[in-house]
Amino acid sequence: MAGGGATGGAVQSETYREARTLLLLPAWVTLGLLTLAPLMIMLVYSFLTKEFRGGVIWEFSLDAYDQFFFDRGLFGDEPPKIEWTYIGIFWRSIWQAGAATTLSLLIGFPTAYFIATRPEGQRALWVFLVTIPYWVNLLIRTVSMKFLLRDEGPLNDGLIGLGIISEPLGIVNTNLAVQLGLFYSYLPFMVLPIYAAVERYNFALSEAASDLYAPRWAVMRRIVIPSVKPGIIAGCILVFVPSLGSFLAPDLLGGAKTFMIGSLIEEQFKGNAGNWPFGAAASMILLTMVLILLMIFARQSRKEAA
Amino acid sequence: MPQDRDIAIDVQNAVKRYGTFAALKKISLSIRDNEFFTLLGPSGCGKTTLLRMIAGFEDVTEGAIFLYGQEIDRLPPHKRPVNTVFQNYALFPHMDVLENVGFGLEMLGKSKAEARARAGEVLEMVQLSQFAARKPSQLSGGQQQRVALARALAPRPKVLLLDEPLSALDLKLRKAMQVELKHLQRETGITFIFVTHDQEEALTMSDRIAVMSSGELQQLGEAREIYERPRNVFVADFIGDTNLMEVTVDAVAKGRAQCHLGGRHRLTCDAVDGIGPGAKVHMSLRPERLFLSADPVADESLKGRVREMIYIGTDIATIVDLDGGPQFTVRSSNSSRGNARIFEPGTEVAVNMEHGAARLLID
Amino acid sequence: MAKPYDLRRYPGFFAITLLCLVILYAPLVVVAVYSFNDSPSITIWEGFSLRWYVDVFTGPESGKFKEAAWNSFIIAITAATTATIIATLAATAVLRAGTFRLRTVSIGLISLPLMVPEIVTAVATLIFFNAIAIERGLMTILLAHIAFCIPFAYLPISARMQGIEATYEQAAMDLYATKRQAFTRILLPLMMPGIMSGFILAFIISLDDFIITNFVKGAGVETLPTAIFGAVKQGIKPNIMAISTLLLAVSIVMVALSWLIGRRDPAKGR
Repeated sequence: MAGGGATGGAVQSETYREARTLLLLPAWVTLGLLTLAPLMIMLVYSFLTKEFRGGVIWEFSLDAYDQFFFDRGLFGDEPPKIEWTYIGIFWRSIWQAGAATTLSLLIGFPTAYFIATRPEGQRALWVFLVTIPYWVNLLIRTVSMKFLLRDEGPLNDGLIGLGIISEPLGIVNTNLAVQLGLFYSYLPFMVLPIYAAVERYNFALSEAASDLYAPRWAVMRRIVIPSVKPGIIAGCILVFVPSLGSFLAPDLLGGAKTFMIGSLIEEQFKGNAGNWPFGAAASMILLTMVLILLMIFARQSRKEAA
Repeated sequence: MPQDRDIAIDVQNAVKRYGTFAALKKISLSIRDNEFFTLLGPSGCGKTTLLRMIAGFEDVTEGAIFLYGQEIDRLPPHKRPVNTVFQNYALFPHMDVLENVGFGLEMLGKSKAEARARAGEVLEMVQLSQFAARKPSQLSGGQQQRVALARALAPRPKVLLLDEPLSALDLKLRKAMQVELKHLQRETGITFIFVTHDQEEALTMSDRIAVMSSGELQQLGEAREIYERPRNVFVADFIGDTNLMEVTVDAVAKGRAQCHLGGRHRLTCDAVDGIGPGAKVHMSLRPERLFLSADPVADESLKGRVREMIYIGTDIATIVDLDGGPQFTVRSSNSSRGNARIFEPGTEVAVNMEHGAARLLID
Repeated sequence: MAKPYDLRRYPGFFAITLLCLVILYAPLVVVAVYSFNDSPSITIWEGFSLRWYVDVFTGPESGKFKEAAWNSFIIAITAATTATIIATLAATAVLRAGTFRLRTVSIGLISLPLMVPEIVTAVATLIFFNAIAIERGLMTILLAHIAFCIPFAYLPISARMQGIEATYEQAAMDLYATKRQAFTRILLPLMMPGIMSGFILAFIISLDDFIITNFVKGAGVETLPTAIFGAVKQGIKPNIMAISTLLLAVSIVMVALSWLIGRRDPAKGR
């Protein structure tokens, strides 16, 4: 995921050593000002007091986090109980993203493996086929998915026409629709890293296992999958992280019952009804979760590399 | 039909084609029980293809392969009681040494404990017990090589296949491993089929050698036989150094042939079938069976001038231009007991040879 | 004769790959087909027609969509160009200026937008503009786009630069070129395919963005995705499918372009 490259160790060209500050300055200024600073300010906002018409009052307050985790009754004077609403929304988001990731893995792994075992000249074409849809606007893809899955849509029409079902499946507005939407949005992210890992995989290992009496599926389970695990984990993270905070799929394909983090956050900043500190706090919690996940992943891959 | 217990592997008319390209053209050979057998040839000769066909990684386009009388060429690799030592070892990077060595037994349905016990035993045999808990990446090339060997031996295969296992090692280690492999083969009594492109390695280790080139078997025999009585030009040229030249047969009588080497130079040697006066054939002369003298007296002596001396260490090679004839390389041992004499370039010398040094070859 | 045993092949994997492709393409194909439907209802097929494409350009909503498309285009061109320049300079510093303490930090900073969930970036950027009291409008969209386009431009550019050996520039300097000349005459031309891929990737990312744009756009300012989203909220209408198909065509043209550029290598002639 990192944009790095030839890191440490290897011989590093020093041709533009004197100019490096000048070369990096635009990136530092732009990203520092427009990415890093906003995240800091968001952290600050999550500790401020809400203004009722949107925005904040510059007064320190823990209300946002308190509201997220605790229920103190309608007037805020009862003894605090755990507030399950928002934790529930987060939990549902994790669950939905997890389901979408699992679905992507189940379809994406065989696809990636299949592509990586094509003759070398054909692989680029297969990869191309899988990645084209990713270049199409996410909004349009999600709308297309909705169009396809509608009760009156081509999928139900087709299945009824074939006599497989008699009533529309009623997929739209369910958890399944959201999972399908997420799966569809990020599937290429699962395929690509696994493909890269399988392509690098040394098939002599499969031969060795087979030579040592391992049947076909034992070779897959004991040798192939452990060997390409870093690719599988990378794929899962690349699908899980954007799914977790996604907004379009739950908003367009789901209903009230499929409310996810993305929608919760978006609502806090819509018009005058919102609660900016609360939205900032929810964003911080989401960001923290994602960063912890990425850190575990980074540590894991560093351990594998060692 | 060979089915006796003396034949470990019997390859019958095996053909391997990739599309229109024939990697193996009708190969037949029998490998005996408890034999150190080597498939020798340059890269692309089909030796690895044949080995992989025996292991089960390549299907047989035509023909059949038998293992102790049982046809195995349709069996998948995991159903063949043969094991392979891979060229780059193919050790499982995510398993430690003990797990690697025990893998085959585990797949054969042995309990984990049983597999570990046997793996430990084999590791002992290759003197790697103290590395049992290491990952392959923490071992040196020579140690990895021995783990690969242990892994392939652990399930007690009927035949062990070795695909250029020593090619990644440096010279010293390679020599040591050659001895160790030979030793292991005798100790275990398992039939070894060894693939290499290194003729010296093949000569040192093998009971018998099959020399292959462009998908065909050129000669099969013991090391000495192949070196001293090469059947054709390819074998003579590929095995060891040789002076290979085209000669014209002048006359054949009593099993001897007189040959014309060019210029005034003539040589008499054992005749081979199917040649008569006027025939153009190849002659092979091993350089170590030639020697030089400064005063040409003998009948068969060939006169010429020294062009160059090459110091090799153990030996000294002298290149001689025969007057109006071919060029010879003469090799002599570099020791005080040896026959090495230093001749300055330009010196007039005569080339002499041991009896039977010159051999005629069919193409 | 039985099929030879191929231990790379797993039964069912090919079928799953086909299923994967069907899932990926079915929705797009369906929408593209229905955009040519002659019916004002999206459910019933009433024959081939281009009426919804005519509607997109001349219909009652055409003014809104044209303005949104123009905004999207201007923002994408500007953001992608700026991000590409910034990314090229940064890649040169990271890959061609030795190792230094801020190098790892810089790599982290550049990949930061990739690690932060988009909705969080959106919230943070909105709050930032609010805190420094910048009025939201085209300018705020543009600034946000430049920032999150940088890593996308950086990826292909740095990948390309890693593939170019430093000896080329060293040879140039050995032949009396200054560092500036080595950069402009040697490195940049060799980098061109990477720079073009980076630009195209950034352009598409900017053109596609909905979430961040939706947060930082001012009232009344729309880009194509936000305009489409607004319209879709009222229900999917055939003209939306026509617009979607047009955008799909633009995307495919861009991908094809980047594919062709990726194949052309100045080092290999042609």
